Amino acid sequence: MWRAEWGKSVRLPVKKTYKLYVGGAFPRSESGRSYEAEGANVARASRKDLRDAVRAARETFPKWASMTAYNRGQVLYRVAEIMEGRRAQFVELTGDEAEVDAAIDSWVWYAGWADKLAQVLGSSNPVAGPYFNFTFPEPTGVVGVVAPEEPALAGFVARLAPVIVGGNAAVIVASQKRPLAAVTLAEVLATSDVPGGVVNVLTGRKDELCSVLAAHMDVNAIDLSGAGDEREELERLAADNVKRVVSNGDGQSPWHVAAFLELKTVWHPIGV
Amino acid sequence: MAQAPALPGGFELPLEPRLPRIGSVDQVAVEDRAASLARRSIKRESKLFALDLAVRMMDLTTLEGADTPGKVAALCSKAMRPDPSDLTVPPVAAVCIYPNLVSIALDRLQGSGVRVASVATAFPSGQSPLEIKVEETARVAEMGADEIDMVIDRGAFLSGDYAKVYDEVRRVKEVCGNAHLKVILETGELGTYDNVRRASLLAIAGGADFIKTSTGKIQPAATLPVTLVMLEAIRDVYEETGRKIGMKPAGGIRHAKQAVQYLVLLHETLGVEWMTPDLFRFGASSLLNDCLLQIRKEKTGRYQSPDYFTID
Amino acid sequence: MTEIEKRQDRSPVPSAFDYAPAPESREIVTLEDRYGLFIGGEWVEPKSGEYEATISPATEEPLAEVAYAGPEDVGVAVDCAREAFENGWSDITPGERAKYLYRIARILQERSREFAVLESLDGGKPIRESRDVDLPLSAAHFFYYAGWADKLEYAFPNRNPKPLGVAGQIIPWNFPLLMLSWKIAPALAAGNAVVLKPAESTPLTALLFCDVVRQAELPPGVVNIVTGDGRAGAELVKHPGVDKVAFTGSTDVGKEIQRAVAGTGKKLTLELGGKAANIIFDDAPLDQAVEGIINGIYFNQGHVCCAGSRLLVQESIYEQVIAKLKRRMGTLRVGDPLDKNTDVGAINSREQLEKIKELVAAGEEEGAEIFQPPCRLPEKGWWFAPTVFTNVAQSYRIAQEEIFGPVLSVLTFRTPDEAIEKANNTPYGLSAGVWTEKGSRILSMAQRLRAGVIWANTYNRFDPASPFGGYKESGFGREGGRHGLEPYMRFE
Repeated sequence: MWRAEWGKSVRLPVKKTYKLYVGGAFPRSESGRSYEAEGANVARASRKDLRDAVRAARETFPKWASMTAYNRGQVLYRVAEIMEGRRAQFVELTGDEAEVDAAIDSWVWYAGWADKLAQVLGSSNPVAGPYFNFTFPEPTGVVGVVAPEEPALAGFVARLAPVIVGGNAAVIVASQKRPLAAVTLAEVLATSDVPGGVVNVLTGRKDELCSVLAAHMDVNAIDLSGAGDEREELERLAADNVKRVVSNGDGQSPWHVAAFLELKTVWHPIGV
Repeated sequence: MAQAPALPGGFELPLEPRLPRIGSVDQVAVEDRAASLARRSIKRESKLFALDLAVRMMDLTTLEGADTPGKVAALCSKAMRPDPSDLTVPPVAAVCIYPNLVSIALDRLQGSGVRVASVATAFPSGQSPLEIKVEETARVAEMGADEIDMVIDRGAFLSGDYAKVYDEVRRVKEVCGNAHLKVILETGELGTYDNVRRASLLAIAGGADFIKTSTGKIQPAATLPVTLVMLEAIRDVYEETGRKIGMKPAGGIRHAKQAVQYLVLLHETLGVEWMTPDLFRFGASSLLNDCLLQIRKEKTGRYQSPDYFTID
Repeated sequence: MTEIEKRQDRSPVPSAFDYAPAPESREIVTLEDRYGLFIGGEWVEPKSGEYEATISPATEEPLAEVAYAGPEDVGVAVDCAREAFENGWSDITPGERAKYLYRIARILQERSREFAVLESLDGGKPIRESRDVDLPLSAAHFFYYAGWADKLEYAFPNRNPKPLGVAGQIIPWNFPLLMLSWKIAPALAAGNAVVLKPAESTPLTALLFCDVVRQAELPPGVVNIVTGDGRAGAELVKHPGVDKVAFTGSTDVGKEIQRAVAGTGKKLTLELGGKAANIIFDDAPLDQAVEGIINGIYFNQGHVCCAGSRLLVQESIYEQVIAKLKRRMGTLRVGDPLDKNTDVGAINSREQLEKIKELVAAGEEEGAEIFQPPCRLPEKGWWFAPTVFTNVAQSYRIAQEEIFGPVLSVLTFRTPDEAIEKANNTPYGLSAGVWTEKGSRILSMAQRLRAGVIWANTYNRFDPASPFGGYKESGFGREGGRHGLEPYMRFE
């Protein structure tokens, strides 16, 4: 039945389209599918989208890894700056001011780790011989992340920041029920000097995406903190290329970063 | 000042034992030095002088499979009179072309002072039997080319056969006649600055009049740090023997601003004596128009549009 | 003559390819006529009533009048710092403390050109250095330490780190803003409040820094800047309200300070003078090594505690190195610090110039051979041409005493052992340089050189993550890196 207010000239808001974030761009799913979440149509990523995301991550990884740690720290701090500027938008999405503040502060916290990891995780080792021996951390490469369903924003940031601060590139499957915060965060990443491809965000059904991610032979590590009952199956799939399987606890910690870093030890003789 | 040795080319050296101690180059320091020289500020008066010099130092180049007499003829006209609306702009130093187009170029450029440089020795790869490369060079010299740009055998160099590289340069130089010889190192394939220095000294020992960075057919071509390394090698030869060798960065120099940076590098490393087309050339094609744009901008005070300069 | 050679002779050779002056504009800087002291977040007039002009060393023109703090002023500043520390600064969460420091870092980045011009104007160093080295490093230092503020338990596991309270900090004139950053950033990150006294000849960037403090909305009293001369410094050192003293400057004054705090229980760090050896082996990449020598002693006019002021060159390459060095010295441009093409700026003060001249005269008198490239020095201002002494004996004053100017002394050695002996034969131990292509030799030399910073195949590299500090009479304590936090903390 017609309602009077529909006949009035009220400004109609322009509704947002929620797409994937891959290689620095916002494509729709190659499958053309979408699903409804939080009252919006959200892209439903396919295995091919995931394939493309991994490829984008792999391509950009060398560039991100070879930036100075200081540079990477500054980029993460910039993410916090841009996110702070959009604080109201995030509060509206999540309905939780404390969660948004925690997410922003998380970026700031991790940003400060970039140029300190080597000092805390590395060492010079006093071997019994005339050799200089030192150990230093290096990013492992492309990291797959299954984000927790809740909290949609802070949980996403808590899993993503430690992956990239050490120089890795990420392919992250967002909360299935509440994906909008992740896509909005992707918009922040796209405008914060984060090179395209360093972070790739896929929305869609976890039961279509997670196993593909876990089985992908060009992914070096996988964070299953956000996985539910399928965890065992995913861990088994991950074994095919000896992925590092990570399940970081809650909270923030440099050990969460270390989980995605390799340690390299170098020997060199000391002599004239 | 030291006197040049009595030998016809380069300075004498027994190769294999000497080369590894020819010295090394620190990558970080050399790139740092080149970058800091690139930040030198040149103001108006010097800039106009530098741009004019850059034009006079240019080897206007076309090295395509599709080159025709028509294309080369047009290039020659451009070479002689780069900016028809401003006759104070000087002609370039030379045109650089494939052997089949040499006679056309000689014909067009007759009496203009612009020289004809031809590539030879199975350019750009150099992967041909020596006899053929020598024969090609001899023919090109016979045709009357003023300058010959040869390539070193990178396969030989990278597999450690330095003697072969040296012999080839000597044999080619022998048949050059009056033409002066530029030796292309193809620095983009050599991998390290150490190798660039070694190849430079090797080429000079073999008789090069000029050492040149690249064929322009691969990336990376000329860069400021690579040029600095080569200029330093030239400086060491000069200190030891008194002989002045020329240098030519080629490929990848598209903007006048870059050309000026190369001239700053040259000036700081080798000094005023090398600031002449007889000892320094730019191997380029689109660089010319950018220089013309900048020259006109310096003279008129207005930023220019490429529409006002002929392509060739 | 061949055709080519005939043509070579006729080709026009340019008579000059000169860099026209490229001055950075001064307009970006706004100078007050007169500056007070910055205490408790406000500008206050000195109770001492004293003001002195600060002079531009390139032109001898007075730039502004600056307050000279007296004992009462220092006392007020320390009290403000103590109050800030006890009534709030030490209570805010470390994460929030970090954010203040991040703000400062970002503001320094935003205003970097303004600070660079002011630094060159007040101190005499080339704008290229203040722009490309001092400013980026200063901002980076705040950025780096901001990141530690809320991670101290990882820097000192199981030690329960806590701030000390109030730090009294005295900095020199050679890198005014950078030294300020080296002092303030870690102190604040650790949770302390500070009273900082800039050098009397270079107060302006510290004073402008107070505006950054204002823009960052740092709580009042956390950072206090008291300008003045040695008297104010001495007051700060002996004030009982100061828990920790940090000093960078000459070894002589450092010793005085160490005497002054004896028995007080105050923590102390000292970063003093040096007479670093820059050691070149015969397999070094020579052209780059020469750049390293140049950078080591002529960077910042040699006003660098870690300057490579003694060149130890292996005898087998001596002639070649000296020839290249002299040639390269001839391309150094001495002149207006605000000119972007200038390599070597003005000597910081008349006093310093006199010291340099005195030692150089001593060098000539003792029998060393002096070389200076032809250099037209400006009429006004304080200048000294880049200088190198050859035929120097280990015992000459110019090989033993810190000149703190653009003067290099050259000695030779035959073997690595001899190089080590000569390099270590000094009461100083701040830094050293080693040039060789051989990795094992780098490590062996690094192991045996008694210096806090060893540069291999490079020189004068600084980074907030890299600890810096000396052995022996070059001082103790480290600045930079995780280790740079330690002096500002107390542990259970």
